[in-house]
Amino acid sequence: MAKSKPRVKVPKSASAGEVITIKTLISHEMESGQRKDKEGKPIPRQIINKFTCEFNGQPVFSCDLDPAVSANPYFEFNAKVNESGTFKFTWVDDDGSVYETENEITVK
Amino acid sequence: AAFAVTGFRALPAMASAEDADKMVMDFTGGKAPESGKIMLNTPEIAENGNTVPVSVEVESAMEGDDLVDSVLILADGNPNPAVATFHFTAMSGSAAATTRIRLAKTQNVIAVAKMKDGSVYMDKKQVKVTIGGCGG
Repeated sequence: MAKSKPRVKVPKSASAGEVITIKTLISHEMESGQRKDKEGKPIPRQIINKFTCEFNGQPVFSCDLDPAVSANPYFEFNAKVNESGTFKFTWVDDDGSVYETENEITVK
Repeated sequence: AAFAVTGFRALPAMASAEDADKMVMDFTGGKAPESGKIMLNTPEIAENGNTVPVSVEVESAMEGDDLVDSVLILADGNPNPAVATFHFTAMSGSAAATTRIRLAKTQNVIAVAKMKDGSVYMDKKQVKVTIGGCGG
């Protein structure tokens, strides 16, 4: 499978205490384990099973995913920012791969 | 309507509403959820069951004791009702999240919120699905 590529949208700046909206998308087939190949054999499940978002090391939002989440899992959620810092986003694959990306935000 | 069920492929057993109820009870620790506080937003009709936008919002100050811990999303007509579980913290700012899900057929989507104080709230919406999202 092609390497999963995360894409994240975080505002570059915010005012202290502001609740911002974050959007994330990662390319991934999310093979559900329900499908069958041409010979009728079940295609084994391979999905991203966990997504987390941290800000300066503190948990902000996370999600446990089941196979019913669509391919290329998309999440939109909020975060309250009181100081400048770094958002860290992590996706965990069934095969043990971990995909990560980071975004800085300046709080005025 | 003459097509009936002949020629229906052997699909994996679809989940029943009872399976979904059991998952709700596992999530709430046996407590029957109340209505209110939680708002589930789904389209009334989904043309493509492979990617159905679902968003959920829970009324909460998201600080002190008025905090949403987690929200369970279920689809009671999928082969497995489990869809996703969102976990929030005080740093979430508000208990709201959006994702995209697969629906095999017309069915109910269920969202259950668990608050920090242990109270639980539920919302349910039926989504009519034109093309199922669990083919193969």
